[in-house]
Amino acid sequence: MASMDIRVGDTARAVSPAALQRTGSQTILTVLTGLAALASFAIIFLILFFLVAYAYPAIRFNGLGFFTSMIWNIGNQYGSGTISRAGFSAQPGASFGALVFIFGTVVTAALTMVVAVPLSLMVALSLVYTVPRRIRPIANALVELMAGVPSVVYGLWGMVVLVPWIGTKLAPWVTTHFGFIPFLGGSAGSGNGLAASVFILALMVIPIMVATTRDVILAQSNSLFEASMALGSTSWQAMTRAVLPSVRGGVVASVLLAFGRALGETMAVLMVCGAAINSFPQNVFGPVNTIAAVIVSQLESALTDASGMAQRSLAELACSLFLITLIINVVARGIMRGADRREGRAA
Amino acid sequence: MALARGGVAPKTWASRSWWTLSVACLIAVIGLLFSIFAFVISRGFPALKPQLFTTVTQGTAGGLLNAIAGTFLLVAIGLALVIVVGLGTAIWTVEFAPPWAKRVIRFMIDVLAGVPSIVVGYFLYVALVEEAGWGFSLLAGALALAIFMLPYVVRAADVAFSNVPRALREGAVALGARPAMVIFSIDFPWALPGILTGLLVATGIGLGETAPLIYTAGWSNYLPSLAPTHSPVGYLTYVVWTYISQPFPESHQLAYAAAALLMIFVFVTNLLARSFVEYKTNRSR
Repeated sequence: MASMDIRVGDTARAVSPAALQRTGSQTILTVLTGLAALASFAIIFLILFFLVAYAYPAIRFNGLGFFTSMIWNIGNQYGSGTISRAGFSAQPGASFGALVFIFGTVVTAALTMVVAVPLSLMVALSLVYTVPRRIRPIANALVELMAGVPSVVYGLWGMVVLVPWIGTKLAPWVTTHFGFIPFLGGSAGSGNGLAASVFILALMVIPIMVATTRDVILAQSNSLFEASMALGSTSWQAMTRAVLPSVRGGVVASVLLAFGRALGETMAVLMVCGAAINSFPQNVFGPVNTIAAVIVSQLESALTDASGMAQRSLAELACSLFLITLIINVVARGIMRGADRREGRAA
Repeated sequence: MALARGGVAPKTWASRSWWTLSVACLIAVIGLLFSIFAFVISRGFPALKPQLFTTVTQGTAGGLLNAIAGTFLLVAIGLALVIVVGLGTAIWTVEFAPPWAKRVIRFMIDVLAGVPSIVVGYFLYVALVEEAGWGFSLLAGALALAIFMLPYVVRAADVAFSNVPRALREGAVALGARPAMVIFSIDFPWALPGILTGLLVATGIGLGETAPLIYTAGWSNYLPSLAPTHSPVGYLTYVVWTYISQPFPESHQLAYAAAALLMIFVFVTNLLARSFVEYKTNRSR
């Protein structure tokens, strides 16, 4: 980069004004491509603008209760009159509390990371070190293919294979034998719930984390590994105590990106989460619900709300999800950029 | 890296068992993957009958022609939008942007890549379907896919344009080529495999998306009408999601068939994308 690099955009500035006249196409090109580049700004701005503007009545109506109440009820559409708060009205009996969904979103995503991070690290290390050179491209292709599988296909497998297995085999077995451990006892449930959501989400984020971790390890030079081996450590020690710490930033960033993905994943979770409304799961097999899933599953009932407050409250949910993922992604990218520079990879 | 294996110290046993565990994890993950593939293929292939491709869905049964046509139409229009905007963004970022703007654009693209698909869907639902009064429509759905595919295309094109050899471009400029000429006769041909890879990855993502379409494209039992607004469009992922929850075996068949088709499409785009990558790496050697 820097001053050595020559860019066509700079050539017009380098040559004389007379030559500039010849290159009227330059101006058109700059303006047209510049407009295209503005699109990403415009999209992010418009998403925020429309969602916040649309949700504004709900934000005022719900107040802080949005984050503290666990009751989501669009109210009685046949009831008489409306209820009104802060100058905005909704159907009688309406309450829009998102606590259950916020809890579900954070807990499923967090538990997913607890399961997926160690597994991804193990898989990535194994891909880098133990898989024979000849098989490695096939293993890599499989991991990338797995990352491309549509989420509804994971959801389909979850609904038809995973959920019945959890409901009839895993959950009864765990609740009878390990019921004394908190959150493992109690009702085995139908299989739809927290455990199934975490299982599916882990399967979906593992390929992302494996691919990134593998890439940052491979980008690291061999000398650290070799130096550590020369000092007498075993290959495992060299890998986990010398090589892995040296790519810490890249790994942490990939974990955060996967966390963001798990928070926002919709379809697969929707199909296996059990669609809890107004209740928290009693154990790890209990039904949950996430913000993304509830936006899809509640739209039809929200459309029946004549006051429109239910739809606006869904927009408030979408805003919250957007802000949460935005913060996590910004932090992740910041760490990734910093780590790339520190750890010597091309940013 | 496969140097210096072996040794007799006791701690090698720890090392060996850890490595064994990591291989076990790898095998477990790949095994699960295979079981998902096997499941979709074994349920989906028997359901893939010729009349699926010639008839439209009727209620809970019928064919998938409307969904297949709708999926391809949505992705094609989304791709057309994304090619114009995405390549424009990449060209401006690489060729014209001052360094600070370059960083800002790349950052915004990263942010956009992290926006959950349902948020994009609900935003377009509010802005286009409701406020602009478009109703569930082809254009709203294609826009949703375009927003979702944009980051992948911009990143791929950005890298591809940035990697065009400097000597080639210096030579062209020294010979008096105008900027447009450098972009279209030097940058584009050289960056094409990288751009195509990005477009194919984006296509795979667009084919498999559901959440942003539910609120924008809606669903239709009929063939897409080609009207840009006020006419809902069917797509394959919707069939997988809704028809598996129906109580009828024939609707389950449709869901499995749609899932198998999606897997095939994703597999093909993935293979094509990889072959472009191979082509690129072979050529640059």
